[in-house]
Amino acid sequence: MAYAEPAVVDHAPPAEVPEVELYHAKTWLTKYVFSQDAKVIAIQYSLTAIAIGLVALVLSWLMRLQLGFPATFSFIEPADYYQYVTMHGMIMVIYLLTALFLGGFGNYLIPLMVGARDMVFPYVNMLSYWIYLLAVLVLAASFFTPGGPSGAGWTLYPPQSILSGTPGQEWGIILMLVSLMLFIIGFTMGGLNYVVTVLQARARGMTLMRLPLTVWGIFVATILALLAFPALFVAVVMSLLDRTVGTSFFMPHIVEMGEQLPYGGGSPILFQHLFWFFGHPEVYIVALPAFGIVSDLISTHARRNIFGYRMMVWAIIAIGGLSFVVWAHHMYVSGMNPYFGFFFATSTLVIAIPTAIKLYNWVLTLWRGNIHFTVPMLFCIAFIVTFLNGGITGLFLGNVSVDVPLSDTMFVVAHFHMVMGVAPIFVIFAAIYHWYPLISGRMFNQALGLFHFWVTFIGAYLIFLPLHYLGFVGVPRRYFEIGETGFVPESAATLNEFITVVALIVGFAQVVFMANLAWSVFRGRVAGRNPWRAVTLEWQTAEVPPGHGNWGPTLPVVYRWAYAYSVPGVEDDFVPQNLPPSQVKAADPSARAAE
Amino acid sequence: MLVAVVLVVIAVGTVVFHVVSPWWWTPIASNWHIIDDATLVTFWITGVAYVAVILFMAYCAVRFRYRKGRRAAYEPENKRLEWWLTGLTSLGVIGLLTPGLIVWNEFVTVPDDAAEFEVVGRQWQWSYRLPGKDGVLGASDPRLITGDNTFGLDPNDPRGQDDVLIEGDDLHLPIGRPLKVLMRSADVIHDFYVPHFRAKMDIIPGMVTYFWFTPTRTGTFDILCAELCGVGHHTMRGMVVVEADTDYQEWLQGQSTFADLMARAAPGDAVKLAADEGRGDAAANGNTRSGSDRPSPINR
Amino acid sequence: MDLLRQITEKPWLPQDAVERLHAERAIAAPAAKIGLRFFLAVVSVLFLLLIIAYAERMRFEAWRPGPQPVLLWLNTALLILGSVGLQWARVAANRRQIDGVRKGLMIGGFFTLAFLAGQIAAWRQLSGIPFFNMASPAIAFFYLITALHGVHIVGGLVAWGRATARVWRASAVARPLQGSVDLCALYWHFLLLVWLVLFGLLFSGNGNIDLLLALCGFR
Repeated sequence: MAYAEPAVVDHAPPAEVPEVELYHAKTWLTKYVFSQDAKVIAIQYSLTAIAIGLVALVLSWLMRLQLGFPATFSFIEPADYYQYVTMHGMIMVIYLLTALFLGGFGNYLIPLMVGARDMVFPYVNMLSYWIYLLAVLVLAASFFTPGGPSGAGWTLYPPQSILSGTPGQEWGIILMLVSLMLFIIGFTMGGLNYVVTVLQARARGMTLMRLPLTVWGIFVATILALLAFPALFVAVVMSLLDRTVGTSFFMPHIVEMGEQLPYGGGSPILFQHLFWFFGHPEVYIVALPAFGIVSDLISTHARRNIFGYRMMVWAIIAIGGLSFVVWAHHMYVSGMNPYFGFFFATSTLVIAIPTAIKLYNWVLTLWRGNIHFTVPMLFCIAFIVTFLNGGITGLFLGNVSVDVPLSDTMFVVAHFHMVMGVAPIFVIFAAIYHWYPLISGRMFNQALGLFHFWVTFIGAYLIFLPLHYLGFVGVPRRYFEIGETGFVPESAATLNEFITVVALIVGFAQVVFMANLAWSVFRGRVAGRNPWRAVTLEWQTAEVPPGHGNWGPTLPVVYRWAYAYSVPGVEDDFVPQNLPPSQVKAADPSARAAE
Repeated sequence: MLVAVVLVVIAVGTVVFHVVSPWWWTPIASNWHIIDDATLVTFWITGVAYVAVILFMAYCAVRFRYRKGRRAAYEPENKRLEWWLTGLTSLGVIGLLTPGLIVWNEFVTVPDDAAEFEVVGRQWQWSYRLPGKDGVLGASDPRLITGDNTFGLDPNDPRGQDDVLIEGDDLHLPIGRPLKVLMRSADVIHDFYVPHFRAKMDIIPGMVTYFWFTPTRTGTFDILCAELCGVGHHTMRGMVVVEADTDYQEWLQGQSTFADLMARAAPGDAVKLAADEGRGDAAANGNTRSGSDRPSPINR
Repeated sequence: MDLLRQITEKPWLPQDAVERLHAERAIAAPAAKIGLRFFLAVVSVLFLLLIIAYAERMRFEAWRPGPQPVLLWLNTALLILGSVGLQWARVAANRRQIDGVRKGLMIGGFFTLAFLAGQIAAWRQLSGIPFFNMASPAIAFFYLITALHGVHIVGGLVAWGRATARVWRASAVARPLQGSVDLCALYWHFLLLVWLVLFGLLFSGNGNIDLLLALCGFR
């Protein structure tokens, strides 16, 4: 295709978006602490999420120590183990992944990528972070209460979650529920910002279809979150009332340890429906931003336009819509009406089609590209491998009858760690490496980055691939120890030891990762402008790292889509979105003739 | 280059691991071979896709790695290719879903001649109730649970009098006959899970859930709880002995019935029960045997 | 469908019309109004799920309809008057009549506060009945749902308070002021609508929810 843009649009004046009154910080405190600048809020969100995520990482080591070497560590009692399981899951899913993708990357990238100066409601945006921080602190406080944090499993199924047979029944569960309510309130404040900013604050020329897929992913994920979190809110409030004032929303008649409890008539399954009506969209709340980011990164580092951009956008929208009608595939063996299984199995396997299309398009973007195997690109490839693996095992679990023997076994644990733990975290690593030069102005250490990549990728695969097979054997999940059985072979114990050792090694690699980032902030090579030669707007700011207000005196004007890589007839292999057509350097005519 | 090698090793290694790994499903002891078959179909279809995509990526990693002066192809979309891939994926999905739904239909359709027995879960032990000579289980209600009547059976229901109650002992089942498991929980959610039978189902307090299977192999198998039920979750184990019908009947004769237990607990009560038969009939109409997510039994 | 056109165009093709390059709004409305609409969607989902939970819980054992305080009819009337007051303010703001805005806001605020007082009175009435028991699901739902609705009203009153303070300081109706009055009125009408649905379906004591479920074939 020949390169052509009509000259008539060459000097379109930039548009100031009138409703956005830029906030100017006056004191150190309002500039770095109670800041209303989305970039500062993004870093606050990210650091908080990573800090609490580290707690969850340590919990996973403790769990692995118990599973790999049962009866070796006397300080791990069954109650402790179930508390690790619960807090690890809840922190990773909600307080790390959701907060980091939307609160962290969403805040940093949306205004920059759409060409805005800031979010449209900066004050609400600031409140969003502080409520999130409060939620994290309330959750963390449960470690220090009598009885410790809740051990109800991250799904918090009543009646178990609020009865005395579960650890943390005294305070842990109450703090957990309160923390979730706070998180949802804080998230809603941030979420309204992201959605309205994408809709209303785009720079001149930034049509919806010129948005990078990162923005599309975060945008649709935010809408999902806004509509799904109320379900969790309702479930959490009702659970809290059951626990504290003795209502019976989810509590049937119960005889606990021989004692009749004053509950009666409630429906535990109702909680599960509410929980998963939130819980399944939640998977895509994490996945869609990852999809978007990985698309942009692959395109940039393979120097090739994303393959099938429109299909990618539609697939994101389709996945978002379908994600609200698949929730009960988490409940095939929950005792719900078994005939629901036909519908939910079908909807679940249908959602695999747009997801598969996205995966093909990533691979087809590599095809006929000019691939630079940078650290971000390597993590993107690792994402494709692990996401494909986890997506495929999802087809086992989504296909109702195949799910029956596998549900509630280690197969499920392996599946969701691969698809929702490892794969999105690889995207987070890729994104951090990719945008690190923008955020800090310096380059990370390449060798340490490669070390981190290879250990993490190979290690994670070695941890989670064999875990599926323990599920086939029939080892149930959430077991403190499997002990003597007639069906688990001796060799499973060896496998568990192996997995634990690998998990500890992978954990160590994360220390290297963080040391690399911390060291490079001060000592890294100065990155300069646009080191990856990317086309999207965030790399075209007046200063690096972008200053307050992002764009200097005038807003950017967008002349083309976000994937103008290797455009024929142009000298450079990239054309920034805001470069006026008159400044695009045509290729050497002799070179063009050769093409 | 290294990337391509690693990708090939992953694709090939995964397949090799799958073939040689000593960890595979336990030898089946029920009629649910078809679940295993559906799983194998899933393995084949998804396995081919997995290996194909990764090998293709490995090819791209070699063929299209960075070369100075080379330009990537500029091709925003390719409708034909995208539709082909969509079509192929849809075919694959149909290939997965069809066996899945056929098997599920089988799974949710309980044969009319299935014999019923009951599993009761409580923190953290299993107990079982088998119908006596009348072949019917009596009505129950969690509100009736006491230290003597741990199953919460209705003492006024004559159908329950001959029910055989097993507590703290192995469950015995006859081979070769379809069985419908009715499940109740006294406290929290449990899940009755025997790896050798493949089937499992959650047990929700306040409801009766169910599934069915036919034991096809004699032997002793583990019963586990597969839904987190508190701090003793992993200790909630049991054993099920599948045996020939004659052995089963012999074992059944040796077990005590609800009437035996009540007589032992409070001599004299059993006599009174007989007079109350009329009331008991009404109770037996309670939907102890309906198992969808409907409210449970409970009409006293 | 403008939005459909926007998401089906081929962005890599040269865009030939200069107006295509203007900052294109997906939806033509001020940001604050769009933000509020999204928030109302979130609140709608919240109350919808509560109604579904209520209907689902009705199917289970131990369901007894709760007592229906007659006071709620009065409260409903008060909230309608509150909404009328806000609408008055909104119309006056559109006509740039500052006096009308002040009157409307005062009337709206007064009746809304009266509604809240009435709801609290209804709570006290209910807790005074013999055999009051929080474990009774209908009563628990009544408290939960009215409390959540009340919290949203209180949140609205905060915005109302800020708007009122600005109106008192202003001498004429300026554009931002008109915007805030407009948003307040929209929020009030929405919460009135939510209350009418909740009251009509769940708390007016004439089995409308049963009727609705029967119509939908769930009964």
